[in-house]
Amino acid sequence: MTGELLVAICLAAIASGTSILLPALGEALTERSGVQNLGVEGMMLMGALFGYIVDIETENIWLAFAAAVVAATSLALVHAFLAVTLRANQIVSGLAVTLFGSGLTAFIGKPFVGAQAPVTLSRILIPGLSQIPVLGTILFTQDPVVYMSFILVPVLWYFIYRTRPGLNLRAIGESPATADAMGVGVASRRYLYTLVGGALAGVGGAYLSLGYTSTWVEGMTAGRGWIAVGLVVFGTWDPIRVMTGAYLFGFVDGFQLRAQGLGSTVPSFFLNMLPYLFTVVVVSLSSGERLQRRLGIPRALGLPYWREERT
Amino acid sequence: MALSIRLERRANLPLAQRILVLSTAVILGALASGVLVQATGYSALKAFGAIVDGSFGGAYPISQTLAAAIPLATIALGTAVAFRVQLWNIGGEGQFYIGAFAATGVELIGGPAGWPAVLLLPTMLLAGFVGGAAWALLPAWLRAWHGVSEIITTLMLNYVAILWVNYLVYGPWKDPAGHNFPNSPRFPESATFARMGDGQLHTGLFVPIVAAVVLLFVLARTRWGYELRVVGENPEAARYAGIDVRRTMLTAMLVSGGMAGVAGVVQIAGIIHLLNGQLSSNYGYTAIIIAWLAQLHPVAVLVVAVLFGALVNGGFAVSQEGIPQALGAVLQGMILFFVLGIGDVFTRYRLRIFSPAAAAHGRSVP
Repeated sequence: MTGELLVAICLAAIASGTSILLPALGEALTERSGVQNLGVEGMMLMGALFGYIVDIETENIWLAFAAAVVAATSLALVHAFLAVTLRANQIVSGLAVTLFGSGLTAFIGKPFVGAQAPVTLSRILIPGLSQIPVLGTILFTQDPVVYMSFILVPVLWYFIYRTRPGLNLRAIGESPATADAMGVGVASRRYLYTLVGGALAGVGGAYLSLGYTSTWVEGMTAGRGWIAVGLVVFGTWDPIRVMTGAYLFGFVDGFQLRAQGLGSTVPSFFLNMLPYLFTVVVVSLSSGERLQRRLGIPRALGLPYWREERT
Repeated sequence: MALSIRLERRANLPLAQRILVLSTAVILGALASGVLVQATGYSALKAFGAIVDGSFGGAYPISQTLAAAIPLATIALGTAVAFRVQLWNIGGEGQFYIGAFAATGVELIGGPAGWPAVLLLPTMLLAGFVGGAAWALLPAWLRAWHGVSEIITTLMLNYVAILWVNYLVYGPWKDPAGHNFPNSPRFPESATFARMGDGQLHTGLFVPIVAAVVLLFVLARTRWGYELRVVGENPEAARYAGIDVRRTMLTAMLVSGGMAGVAGVVQIAGIIHLLNGQLSSNYGYTAIIIAWLAQLHPVAVLVVAVLFGALVNGGFAVSQEGIPQALGAVLQGMILFFVLGIGDVFTRYRLRIFSPAAAAHGRSVP
């Protein structure tokens, strides 16, 4: 009985964790390039709503995810323009993206509230592997987006640490002036990685409205975009550690949902607090400027780059 | 022909020009929202008509707009203090709820005991300040002593605060005579601000006004205000000057949280006269935009808060025309984009558009 329960919680953990993992991986890339985008929450909402609308209109889940990517990336483009080209304050610009994204999705999504998405992600059992007891059930009876995230994590790790473009990415986040002198275009790459961050946030958002649930609710991300930003800090900009954080979060979330389902005597309000308190705790444990420096905070994070003023 | 945009830094713009640039940004933001509204199939003209009419078209709408501006201004005054030392307190929303919670706690004791308004209201305001400040204490301490990003912690605690208030109004503090609605019992008159005129405007209006005057004085004339300025400009220099940077950060954050808490008290004692889980329509987030647009200046905060009070109010007005209320939020976000893109850039930089060919000869294209 408890074994089955644990498997159920782990399944929920991966589903819930994936909606955070993808945006967090994207934000890790964006921040590695030296741009901080606090607009993840807003971009996720764009992905969730536009994926959902296109799903209703076309009944094609792949078009829906493509729309989610386009919608979220267009907001990321606004942030990139403000932060990279105009050198506006990145923190405020990111907040603006979130505020605008939640406002716009609430505005456009009003007529759609409560409807059911016709086509949602379905689980695919991987032949053979899914037969493995416990672990096979947890890892290999998932939907395509989860499998994609399984592949994405090692691929990103390899990209960041073992390839030339990955080295350039780290360079522009550490010391844009040096990278610039080496002939690595800072602005174009910062644009690129901000857009990639937006695209992954869009997929994460659409995963919420078309996979994790199958409906649109105003503000349905409920802080997941912010938690993703927090997990990037916890994961010290490393895909594998970010993944660990996302699944830990998913586990806490899955646990509290299960506990509510089983009629726990603790009021649901307190159980609902757990994921947020969890985030405060893990971000606090992994912060501290000295620790962050050692673990690899991009040194130029949040700082605009001026070729004219390089020192 | 390919053109490239270049920014050059410039010294501070004179006040009049700064106001001009920022107003232009606000107007362009509104126009861009209008285009968006039109594009989504609603009538922009009807929407803006409803907003203007619903916010400024007569004594009653003006009263509603001012009433909506009260909590916004109060939170934003505090947000501006934290922003001055580069602390990004986005926990205004949660601190607002905790302030309201603390004041309700006082009311539940003082109301039945028959405290007069002159005792009860100030005690509630004080409790609200302490509550809001306490809610900011953990993020402030983590930031100042351990370098933990206050952005994430303040934001996460927003959700916790709202859940806590919901727990109370669905549980122990639920009004037994409230037909099962999730709210506290109604406050007695001694726990409320008197109404002014026919609308919702109440004497709590003086709270942000007094606070702005006090802040203006404190920032310009006291040692703490000076320390805030130095730490905000350059923490390294502040340390060399013998300023306790951590303590300055902590106090700025506590004042910021405290003000948001006070705003929560003013809202429940002034408008709804009870505690529930829907006290705020994202006031804490709107306050961030207000503080930024006002360039962190207390008096400017008051003015900008009235404008945003009109947007909050305009949201209610457009929803009666069949246009989603979230239009108000769209306008807020769009205006902030334009303030960032145009306002900030033009006040700090000179924009030069170069054609590469001309630039090679050292000439700029006007």
